[in-house]
This record gives sequence, structure tokens and C-alpha cells, in this order.
Amino acid sequence: MKPKTNVQALRLIVYLTLVALACIALTPMLWLLLAAFKGPDELFAYVFFAPRYTLGNFVALFNHNINFLRCMVNSVFVSCVSVLAQLFFSSLAGFALAKYEFRGKKLVMILMISTLLIPGQILMAPSYELIYRLGLVDSFSGLIIPGAVSVFGIFLFRQALLQVPDELIHAARIDGCSEFRIYWDIMMPVSRPMVGAFCLISFMGAWNNYLWPQIMLHSSERFTLPIALTSLVGLQQQQYGALMAGTLLSVLPVIVLFLLLQKEFVAGLTAGAVKG
Amino acid sequence: MTTSSWFRLQHRAAPYLFVAPFLLLFFTFGLYPIIRSLILAFYATNGPKSQIFVGGANFSFLLSDPDFHTAVWNTSVFAFWSVFLQLPLSLGLAILLSQRWVRGRNALRLAFFSPHLLGSVFVGVLFQVLFIPQYGLVNTTLHRTTGGAIPLDTRWLSEPALVMPAIVLTSLWMYVGFNMIYFLAAIQAVDKDLYEAAIVDGANGWQQFLAVTLPGIRPVAIFVLVTATIGSFQLFEMPWILLGNSSGPNKSGLTIVMYLFQTGFITGDLGLASAIGWTLALGLLVISLIQMRLTGAWKGASE
Repeated sequence: MKPKTNVQALRLIVYLTLVALACIALTPMLWLLLAAFKGPDELFAYVFFAPRYTLGNFVALFNHNINFLRCMVNSVFVSCVSVLAQLFFSSLAGFALAKYEFRGKKLVMILMISTLLIPGQILMAPSYELIYRLGLVDSFSGLIIPGAVSVFGIFLFRQALLQVPDELIHAARIDGCSEFRIYWDIMMPVSRPMVGAFCLISFMGAWNNYLWPQIMLHSSERFTLPIALTSLVGLQQQQYGALMAGTLLSVLPVIVLFLLLQKEFVAGLTAGAVKG
Repeated sequence: MTTSSWFRLQHRAAPYLFVAPFLLLFFTFGLYPIIRSLILAFYATNGPKSQIFVGGANFSFLLSDPDFHTAVWNTSVFAFWSVFLQLPLSLGLAILLSQRWVRGRNALRLAFFSPHLLGSVFVGVLFQVLFIPQYGLVNTTLHRTTGGAIPLDTRWLSEPALVMPAIVLTSLWMYVGFNMIYFLAAIQAVDKDLYEAAIVDGANGWQQFLAVTLPGIRPVAIFVLVTATIGSFQLFEMPWILLGNSSGPNKSGLTIVMYLFQTGFITGDLGLASAIGWTLALGLLVISLIQMRLTGAWKGASE
């Protein structure tokens, strides 16, 4: 009887520790959510819940001389185009590597692995120089094109499509399907969970991207949210409320997308690590 | 006849066409910049417009540059804490969250992972406000829970000695749950029959962990160790924004990539920036190889 109660006491302690740690993980986000709706007098006077809430921070944010609404639209546009380009090009290449034998296939694989080993920081200076020569500085194309293919995505789709039976493809060919239709009508539908996972991972990457847009973009009407928000930090020292409202609006889309695609996300994130 | 020859042609051309976009982008924005940066590393430049050949001067400058030394030291300290504090915590959480008796495991897992969703830029903005002296959430909470041992006016972001602890704490908050996901997936993938065999042999919980779980998750643990180390050495955005678009008081938060960014894109010396990039890349290569050697990653592959 005694050892059993000991085990239960230990479990209770462990469980309470876990719950406490979970609270630490969630508290800053709860604070952010509330801070965005608190007036300047309430913000620090009440640690969490305040007696009254206001939309004043959002009004201040949208009346700022950096057009925040415009930056939100920019972020949505740039992220969506990036995701679609990465999805299309990466799944096409992944399909080719999974289901075709062709000359140079090994070389392509070696090139892909080598890009994963090279830190992106090496590429920054010369990429900027290249973009400058191409006349794409301060443009959305310059922002999107260099990252239009994701090598991680190619691996992900190759892995997923390897499991599609070859008979399915042969049958489609006998029916007169072109290779692109096989990709579009068979490969894409069967890899739907992978598409969901990849879209979220790639969206997070594009949405939170800071360094490259910071280098590339000069005019504030093209700023994406990370750039807009961080330039706000310097400009209005004491307006923490508006800053928190901006932060909340910036993190919300990713959180909503994540809650919708949770299961696929974890599967996609760990697919390479566990299987490889 | 023409239809069937078109059909055969498109069949043979398809794989090449499908990988063509990747190859085109790789050669333009991957291979060319690598070669170009190797050349640039031996030039002094002023923006993308003018450049002069300086030989190995960029590298010898870095060797004697106190700012670069500060950056390497700070980044190494950060990487040390990432590996020896953050990863054990991630593994510990993963082990606890894989126990059957823990109720609400999915909710807890979601809670631990959620900070990562914010992204390092927005985490930097948020924690800049949380670290404010007097009123900030960090100080008010610590002051209350430690019974006043940590003063309310602790200046995390303007006291040089506290800048690195603030960066490490913020990064703990952000990444512990992220790495936990990898460990959890690995633990769940361990063959259940092995546990049953161990139980038949009379192994207790701790012995099962040592004999079954640890060997089972070794490949993933090595993967997480190597990628987390590489990621730590590339630290830039979070501290840069946390410290208000600066490297902090007395450059106490200066990291290698921050130094690269300032040199290349604020000062405009793309040559020196390339030299920093290559130094970092070579350093990371050496560190990764040492880690894989020490953890027996090569041995594991042939077993």
C-alpha cells in the first residue's frame, strides 16, 4: 500500500509542475491579448484583467504614419504568393524525384542536400548584389523569387509520393493522361495531408521572414508586418498599447492557421527527422 | 502517329521540366551567390557598386577585430545554454508527456509548443515590453514569486550583464516546446514490443528508459542536437529586436549574424560580410562534424 501512495504523490508533483510550466508558456500570450485592448492608464496598472477595455490602441495603430493596414495586405500577398510558388515548384520536383528515372537524378539530389548544408548567411551579400543588378531592389518580386522553391518541401513531397503505387500512374497513362495531369489530378489529391503541413510551415516562414525583407525593402508602402512593426518600435517610444495591438494582429493569422492544420503540421515537421 | 509521338515526348521530357524550376533558381540564387561570395570575401566593397581586391585582409581583420571576438563569444555562450539547458528540458518534457497517466497530454503539448508560433520577430517585440523595469510582467512576477529577491527595477535590457540571460530566457520560452515535438515523435516511434520484452525481463521504468527509449531516440536526438546548435549560432532577429534594433549596451547582445548584418547592410561592406559568412559556415561545419563524431552518428548508421 505504501509504495503506491508514494508513486501517486510523485505523480501529483510532476503533474503540477507540468501544469505550472504550461502556464508559463501561455502567460505571455494571454498578457499580449489583454494588453492590446487596454488603455494607456490600465496597461501596467493591471497585470492581466482590467476593469475596462478599449479599441483605442487599434485606432492609434491604423492612424500611424506607417500605413499598417497596407502592410498587413502586403504581408498576406507576399506570404500567399510565396506559399503557392513553393508548393507548386517543390511538389513538381518532388514528384519527378519520386516517380521517374532520368539522367542527372542523382546530381539533382546531391545539389539539394548541399543547399541544406550551406548557411543562408553566406548567400545574403551576393544575393543582394544580384538583386540590385537585376533592378529588383525594393520590389515584391525581389522578395519572393529567390525563395520560390523550398528544398525542404521537395524532400517532403518526394517522401510522401514514393508511397503512391506505380500501378496508379501506369493505369492513368494507358487512359491517355499526360504527365502533368497525373501530377495535377492524382499526385496532388493523394498527398493532401502533406500539402496542408507544407503550406503552414512555408506560410510561417514567409510571414515571419525578417532579414531578407529588411535588406530588400526601402519604401514603407511595401513593408511587410515584421518590418513595419519593428520600425514602429523605434518611432513611438511610449505607445506600448499600439505596439501590442500590432503584435497581436501580426501573430493571429499563424495561430489560426495552426489550429486548423495542427495534426498535419506536426506530422510534416517531424517526417524528415524520424523517418530519415 | 503524331499523337503517340507527342505522348512519348512529353513522357520523356516531363521529369526534366518538373525539376527545371528548382534547378533554374538553384543556379541563380544558390550556386552563383556561393561562388560570388567566395570571391567577394577577398574584396572591400562599398555597397554593390564599388569594390577593391584586398586579398586575405578581411579574414585577418576579423582575427584581430574585438567586435568580432565579442560576437563569437556571445554567440557561443548562447549556443552553450541552448544545448545544455534547453535541449535537456525539451527531452524531459517529452518523456513526461509520453507517460500514459498524464491526463490532457494533447492540451499540454499544444501549450508548450504554442510560443513557437509567434515567430522570433514578434517574440522580440513582445518581450521587449515584458522586460520593462518596474511594470513589466517579468519583473513583477519574479519580484512577487521570489519574495522580493529580484528587484522590480531589474534592467534586463540595459544592464550589460543581464542582456545575455534575458536572451537565453526568451529563447527558452520560444524553443523548449519546439524541440520537444521532435523528441515526442521519436519516443512515440519506438517499437512497443521492445518495452514488453524489457518488462518481461523485469526492467523497471528507469531501466526501460535507459535500455529502450534512449537508444531508440538516438538518431533524432543527434539530429536535434546538430540542428539546434547550428540554429543557435545563427541567432539574430530575436535579440536584435529585443534590444531595440541594436546590439545592446556595450554590444552585450552582439551575435555573429548581427555583426554580419551591420557590416554588410548598414555599413555597406559586402566583402567583409561575405568573409564573416564563410567564417561562420566553416566554424559550423567543424562543430557539426565534432558533434556527430562524439555522438557516434557515423557508427549508428552502419549498425
